[in-house]
Amino acid sequence: MAWLDRTARTIFLWDFVMGFAVAMKYFFRPKATLNYPFERSALSPRFRGEHALRRYASGEERCIACKLCEAVCPAQAITIEAEPREDGSRRTTRYDIDMVKCIYCGLCQEACPVDAIVEGPNLDFSVETREELYYDKARLLANGDRWEREIAKNLELDAPYR
Amino acid sequence: MIATLAFYLFAAITILSGLMVISARNPVHSVLFLILAFFNAAALFVLLGAEFLAMILVVVYVGAVAVLFLFVVMMLDIDFGGLRRGVMTYLPLGALIGLLLLVELAVGIWTVSERGAANLAHPTPEGVSNTEAIGRILYTDYVFYFQLAGMVLLVAMIGAIVLTLRHRPGVKRQSIAAQVHRRPKDAIEIVDAKPGQGV
Amino acid sequence: MALVEFFSSLGLPYGWAWVLSQGILILVLSVVLLVMLAFLLLFDRKVWAAVQMRRGPNVVGIFGLLQSFADFIKFATKEAVIPAGANKGVYLLAPLLAFVLAMASWAVVPVGPGWVVADINVGILYLFAISSLGVYGIIMGGWASNSKYAFLGALRSAAQMVSYEVSIGFVLITVLLFAGSLNISDIVNSQGPDIRGWNAFGILFPMFVIFFISALAETNRPPFDLPEAESELVAGFMVEYSSTPYLLFMVGEYLNIVLMCAMLSILFFGGWLPPIDIWPLNAVPGVLWLIAKVVFFFFMFAMVKAIVPRYRYDQLMRLGWKVFLPTSLVWVILTAGYLIVFDRLPV
Repeated sequence: MAWLDRTARTIFLWDFVMGFAVAMKYFFRPKATLNYPFERSALSPRFRGEHALRRYASGEERCIACKLCEAVCPAQAITIEAEPREDGSRRTTRYDIDMVKCIYCGLCQEACPVDAIVEGPNLDFSVETREELYYDKARLLANGDRWEREIAKNLELDAPYR
Repeated sequence: MIATLAFYLFAAITILSGLMVISARNPVHSVLFLILAFFNAAALFVLLGAEFLAMILVVVYVGAVAVLFLFVVMMLDIDFGGLRRGVMTYLPLGALIGLLLLVELAVGIWTVSERGAANLAHPTPEGVSNTEAIGRILYTDYVFYFQLAGMVLLVAMIGAIVLTLRHRPGVKRQSIAAQVHRRPKDAIEIVDAKPGQGV
Repeated sequence: MALVEFFSSLGLPYGWAWVLSQGILILVLSVVLLVMLAFLLLFDRKVWAAVQMRRGPNVVGIFGLLQSFADFIKFATKEAVIPAGANKGVYLLAPLLAFVLAMASWAVVPVGPGWVVADINVGILYLFAISSLGVYGIIMGGWASNSKYAFLGALRSAAQMVSYEVSIGFVLITVLLFAGSLNISDIVNSQGPDIRGWNAFGILFPMFVIFFISALAETNRPPFDLPEAESELVAGFMVEYSSTPYLLFMVGEYLNIVLMCAMLSILFFGGWLPPIDIWPLNAVPGVLWLIAKVVFFFFMFAMVKAIVPRYRYDQLMRLGWKVFLPTSLVWVILTAGYLIVFDRLPV
C-alpha cells in the first residue's frame, strides 16, 4: 500500500503539485517590495544621508570653524580653512567634504558643538561624475537650506536620546 | 523552374561544403561543413519527394551523429598541421580511390540511362505517402534484415556496457527514490523531554 | 490559400504568386510571434516576481507592458563585443543559427484549422529534426567563445539535449500511434471533437508528464538550466555574448519554449479544438484556443522556474536515461498493445 502511495505520488508529481499550491498562495499575497522611486519606506530620524551645513533662523551660518569635525573625521574627508570675518566673528572660508571618501559614520555630526554639520535624510544624490561629489561650502549650505525642515524635525525627534 | 533552381542551389552547396570538409584548416570547421552537406542532402531528398528520408537524415546524422563528431573534434586537440604534412604521400592512393568511385558512378548512371528512365522507381507511388511506403516494405519484405540490424545494435550496446560497467565494493550510492519519498515523520521524532530528566 | 488565387488573379504566374503569398504568410506569422513573445517574456518575469512576492518590471509603460521593447532597444544599441581569440565567423553564426532554427520550426505548426505556413506530411518529424538541430547554436557558441565557462556550458547543454531528445522521440511515437499520421493537423483532428478525445486525458497521461519535463530539459529551462547555471557558470554558453547576438540567443530560447508549449497543446491538449464542442465555445476562432493553451503551458513553465530548485548534473542524466527512457519505451509497447487489443488502430 505504501508502495502504491509512493508510486502514485511520483506519477502525478505530487510534490510539484503541492509546491505549486504553495506558490499560488504567495502569488496573490500583498507584495513585500516597494515600488521604490515612487514609494519609500520610513527612515529613522538618525538616518545618515547627505551632509548639510545649517543656518540659524536669522540666516547666520552656524559653523564657527572649530574644526572638530575635520579632526574627528576617520576618512579625512573634511577640509576646513578659516579666518576672522569683518565683524570679528570666526567663520570658515572653505568647507569641503569629499563625498567619495566619506564613510557616513556621522562622527562629524556628533562632534559639532553648534549642530552646524549634519547628515540629512537625503539618500539619492548620485551623480554621473566624480567631480560633482567634491562638495564645497556653497553646496553644503544650499543642502542645509533645502532640507532644513526635515533636519530640524529629525534632530528634535532624536533629542531625548542624545 | 523554382524546383530546378532549388536543386542546383542545394547540389552546389552540397558539393562545395563537401570540398570544404576536406580542405578546411580547422577540424571544427570541417565538421560544421559536413553538417551543412548533410543538411543540403536532406533538402535534395525533399526535392525528390522523399521527405521521410530527409527528416530521418537530419534527425539521425545531423542531430545525433554529427553532434558526437563535433564533441570528439572539439575535445581532442588535434594537431591538424601534422596531419596535413602527410597529404602528398597519401595523394596517389586517395586519387586512385576517388577515380574508382567516379568510374563506378559513371557505370551506374550509364546502365540506368541505357535501360531508360522509365525503369526508375518513382519515390512515391501514387496514393501512398512515402512514410507509409517505407513502412510497408521495411516491415514486410525486409523485416528479418531490419530485426538483424536491431540485434547488431543491441549487441554493440551490450558490449559497450560490459566493457565499461564496474561494480566496485564500498561505493556509496544515492537512492533518489528513497530520498524523495522520505516524509517528516520518518526523519524527525518529537520527544517531550521533562526538565531534569533528559531524553 | 486564397492569397495564391488573389495574386494569380492579378496576372502573376502561379509559381510566383505562390512564393509571394507564402512570403506574406511567413512575415505575418513571424511578426505576430515575435510581438507575442515580447509580452510572454514580460509575463514570465511577472509570474516569477509574483511567486516571490515582488512586483516585477513595472516602469516602462503601464504595468511594464513595454519592458521587452525597451530591452530590445537596449540590446540592439549596445556594442557587440567579440572576445579576443574567438573564432569570429562561428561566434557570430551561432546566435543566428539558434534564432533561425527556432523561427523555422514554426513553419509547420498549425495555429488554427488550416492556418499553417507549410502543411507537410512529415510535420512532426520536421519539428523533431529542427529541435534536434537547436543544440548546434549552443555548441558553436560555446566553442567559438574561447572561454572555459562557455565551453563547459555548451558541453553540458549538448549532452543534456541529446539525452532528452531520445525520450521526446518515444513520446512522439506514442502520440503518432494514436493519430496514425505524421501530419500535425491530422494529429489535432484525431483528438476531436472535445476534451474527451484529448490525448492527455487517457492512457497517454504519463507521456504528457514526461513530455512536459523533457521539454523543460530540451529548452534549458529551470530546473534543468545547467548550461547557463547562473551560480556556477555565470551564463554558460552565452557568457561572452553581448548586444544583438545575445538578444538572438535569448529570443531563440524563448521561441523554443513557446514552441514546446505549442507542441504540448497540439499533441496532448487538442491544439485549436475547444474543450467542449457547444455553441459559444466552438464559435471562438481556433487560433484563440491554441493561444490560450500555449499561454497556460507557458505559465506552467514560468511556475516551474519559480518553484523547482536546479537539478545536479548526474541527477539530470539519471532522470533522462534511467527513468524517462525506459518508461517511454514501455509505454510505446503498452500503447501499441492497447490499440491492437481494443481495435482502435487508426488506418
